[in-house]
Amino acid sequence: MCTVTPISMTVGANRIVPTIAIPHPLGNPELTHEEEKALRRGLVEKALKALETEVTEQTIFE
Amino acid sequence: MSKIRVVHYINQFFANIGGEEMADYKPELRVGEVVGPGMAFKAAFGDEAEIVATIVCGDSYFGENTKEATATIMEMIKGQKPDLFLAGPAFNAGRYGFACGNITKAVKDELGIPVLTGMYKENPGADYAKDVYIVSTKNSAAGMRDAVKKMAPLALKLAKGEEILSSAEEGYLPNGIRKNFFEKERGSKRAVDMLLKKLAGKEFVTEFPMPNFDRVDPNPAVKDMAHATIALVTSGGIVPKGNPDHIESSSASHYGKYDIEGVMDLTADTYETAHGGYDPVYANEDADRVLPVDVLRDLEKEGRIGKLHRYFYSTVGNGTAVASAKAFAEEFSKELKNDGVDAVILTST
Repeated sequence: MCTVTPISMTVGANRIVPTIAIPHPLGNPELTHEEEKALRRGLVEKALKALETEVTEQTIFE
Repeated sequence: MSKIRVVHYINQFFANIGGEEMADYKPELRVGEVVGPGMAFKAAFGDEAEIVATIVCGDSYFGENTKEATATIMEMIKGQKPDLFLAGPAFNAGRYGFACGNITKAVKDELGIPVLTGMYKENPGADYAKDVYIVSTKNSAAGMRDAVKKMAPLALKLAKGEEILSSAEEGYLPNGIRKNFFEKERGSKRAVDMLLKKLAGKEFVTEFPMPNFDRVDPNPAVKDMAHATIALVTSGGIVPKGNPDHIESSSASHYGKYDIEGVMDLTADTYETAHGGYDPVYANEDADRVLPVDVLRDLEKEGRIGKLHRYFYSTVGNGTAVASAKAFAEEFSKELKNDGVDAVILTST
């Protein structure tokens, strides 16, 4: 899970989930605590989906 | 001043003994003889240095009997009391390159005299570039003249104990040692010049070569997430408050392993980031923003995942050497496997 996905591609990650921002990849301090947690949950669920998906090459899960 | 005494090492091929069929040739000392490429060195050295002996050894013999060959050759070299030991150049001959790297390193370590060899940058022997000076040559013996032109002056400098400039100036393979120097042009101009060359499709020389990243085949998908153990790993520097393992804020030399048994939520009082490469305010307020322990606990409770692994691993990915990062991962991924972890979510900042 990474904000600058070209770096993930360069270093060779195979399942990549784009995130929010460099200093808070899995959050957004502008939101309320509840909204932020929901945002984070959405991203983590996307990561779990990615882990459940067969891939043959480096894949970004938008 | 008397002439610098040089002993030169070459293989059976360059000694004109033979090719592959003679590669088992045992080490042979030829005192007072200048052989093969030695002639070109002799010419380049002029009055300053003299090849007092040539050692010839078959490439296969050296490769298959490295220990004995090294010991024998070492004795031969000692007897000649050289000021400098020269090997090759080996170009792209793999076993020859290995022999040149190996024997020059052994001489440097044991006798403490300057040593020099030369080879093509992709020769397996080029791994010795971190140990000894290896002049970068072309990939075939057609590059002999060019190789000697670079090796001979560097050899003399080494023997005289003169200052060795950067790899780009002297022509040796980069050995990982950085040298400070003043550039003639300022950075912005150099960057624009480089960009213009790139846009014009011309060759340009980068000032920051990217490391070689390896590739791994993707692992199969997780079949049964509801019973899977998921671990968290991060390069975002999340650590227990106070950074107990003193993970460096940049160029991390180690990683931490932290027990999160019973931890439901990372808070400002309990966790923080050690990372010095991004604004730490948001991570320090709520480290779940980098390491999502809170939602994984929820997903664990709801049965979406089997469980969140008891430990998370953390380091700081800020100027950290690729080699260090690789070494960390090699170590802890073994632990993760042994602990029965099925998949890892790695977060980076």
